[in-house]
Amino acid sequence: MSTAIELRGVEKSFGITSVIRNVNLTVAQGERHALIGPNGAGKSTLFNLISGYMVPSAGSILLRDEVVSGLPPYQINRRGLSRSFQVTNVFANMSVWENLRCAVLWAAGYRYTFWKNIDNLPEVRERTARILSDINLTARRDVPAGLLTYAEQRALEIGITVAGGANVILLDEPTAGMSHAETERAVELIRRLTEGCTLLIVEHDMSVVFGLADRISVLVYGQIIASGTPEEIRGNPKVREAYLGEEAA
Amino acid sequence: MTETTSSVAPPVPAAAEKLKFYGLWLAAAIVLLLLPKLFSSGGSLTTFSLIGISIVFSLSYNILLGQTGMLSFGHAVYYGLGGFLVIHAINIIGANKLPIPLPLVPLIGGLTGLLFAVLLGWVSTQRSGTAFAMISLGLAELVASSALILRTFFGGEAGISANRTKVFRLFDWSFGPQIQIYYLVAAWTLLAVIAMYALTRTPLGRMCNAVRDNPERVQFVGYDPHVVRYLAFCFSGFFAGIAGALAAINFEIANSAYLGAVQSGTVLFATYIGGVGFFIGPIVGAIFVTFLSLGLSDLTQVWQLYFGLIFIAVVLFAPGGITGLLMMHRPLVKAGTLGRVLPSYLIAFVPTLAMLIGLILATEIIVYFSVHSGDDSHIKAFGVPFDAANRYIWAMSAVLLFGGYWVARKTWTMVGHAWDEATSGAREQGAIA
Repeated sequence: MSTAIELRGVEKSFGITSVIRNVNLTVAQGERHALIGPNGAGKSTLFNLISGYMVPSAGSILLRDEVVSGLPPYQINRRGLSRSFQVTNVFANMSVWENLRCAVLWAAGYRYTFWKNIDNLPEVRERTARILSDINLTARRDVPAGLLTYAEQRALEIGITVAGGANVILLDEPTAGMSHAETERAVELIRRLTEGCTLLIVEHDMSVVFGLADRISVLVYGQIIASGTPEEIRGNPKVREAYLGEEAA
Repeated sequence: MTETTSSVAPPVPAAAEKLKFYGLWLAAAIVLLLLPKLFSSGGSLTTFSLIGISIVFSLSYNILLGQTGMLSFGHAVYYGLGGFLVIHAINIIGANKLPIPLPLVPLIGGLTGLLFAVLLGWVSTQRSGTAFAMISLGLAELVASSALILRTFFGGEAGISANRTKVFRLFDWSFGPQIQIYYLVAAWTLLAVIAMYALTRTPLGRMCNAVRDNPERVQFVGYDPHVVRYLAFCFSGFFAGIAGALAAINFEIANSAYLGAVQSGTVLFATYIGGVGFFIGPIVGAIFVTFLSLGLSDLTQVWQLYFGLIFIAVVLFAPGGITGLLMMHRPLVKAGTLGRVLPSYLIAFVPTLAMLIGLILATEIIVYFSVHSGDDSHIKAFGVPFDAANRYIWAMSAVLLFGGYWVARKTWTMVGHAWDEATSGAREQGAIA
């Protein structure tokens, strides 16, 4: 199996505080990989490094065997990696439809086009409509994204992330703050939308993690202390001590 | 097209709607054609020409402020340089008998604006927000002071002038009379408005909105916000250059005032007062501010002060501008609950007007004593003569101002209640999401 994402000795420090310490991680193509760990372990920082939002202090990050660390986020996105945000990050004054369409445009090849009417692009329209019905927001199509409920905004966040058709998807706590029923729907949605994609997901809800992931990596204090299948992680004493133990106690 | 698309996507406008849309532009063209028939005096033709120029300039500014979220304090640079180049171009065309008719000359101004936007924009659009605003201010000062230093090109304080009638003529139009200039300005205004409207409906136009809303997220859907801002800046410079060219043709002169901070401030003012959130906002603002600046300067000496007060009032109480205020009422009109707020508006109008009259009286009296205290105290403001030294007038202004404010505050609460009632009525009918 070829690798989708590979991290080689990645480090990140802010001043003298080192947040990510010598992380090596491989995510195979088509794999659903969960990243877990206690608060402040550096999960979001790791996402920021992979997606190009931050540049690693040392080490390198590869996307399908190409080095991407140091590239700006939009170039990494154009190579087929898309991410969502832990704190909802949408285009608040634009409608749900416009939000999704903006996320479709680049991948559809329209780039900075200023000589075509945006309403006359059938393939953009079709893809936007498909994502819209996938995330079940059809009834809210013309509502400004800023006025959506929290759960709806989270769904839109996922929609924007997958709309461009990237095949490596990074989701940062997609179910955070959701009720049990909402979480179940969100997991179903994620499973459906990321089918055939490589998925790297940060999640706190253990039922989501163990239900969704093929493999799990545990990040504690900026280091990956274990990586393996859900069963291996469940049985790993180091993980139990550092992370799962806290939950059980 | 698949079934989901047709059921989920916004409906494709029907033929009737499209017709209505194109009819709107046609109606605008007919109004522009017929305006001189209704108001044929030279004065009103000049006013219309100034409004047209201001509309193009304000809309070009709104590509930055309203569409892409960039606050520029130096937009007059592109307007002014367009104007200067056009004056030079007219002189060159006239002297060399080049076969370029005057109606094509505004394009030279546009290309000049575009060229300088291309040159200066890459650095200034690196960041939005404060950094962009500061760089725009710095560049504006730089260019404005160069205009005074480089005398051979900019003509120093006097500026440079040209004779537009010396240009190659097409169909025997001399462009001497104001009516011909009016038609030239009207045609270019219509073209520019259509072009700028079309721009908002393109992929780039929508990504400008996305950059305005959330430049960070734009990077994660494949776009470089810097490039989006830069392209918006170039378009904005192009249309500002056209506006400057039309102004230069209208006045047959270009001077350093074209490039100055006042010009940059006025366009910000007009755009904001009209409303940055709507395409027609800057058009409304341009019309309003042009009338106001022509009208107010006849009525009072301190008209700029009133300008400032209006601007502050809009920023504080109506951040959506005039258009925003009007558009707020659309759902009420749709739901038919507008009738519930109108009476409260009428009631609030009386004390608010009294308060404003008191404010104006007080202002004019203070201006008299601080600026013209030795002169005759019988002054005139807004066409009304009164004695600025009369204590009864002072008392009256105080009573109007404070009494008016006291009563007006209560009526404003009333307006608020009526508004809540009307909107909840409209919400029940589903006119508001």
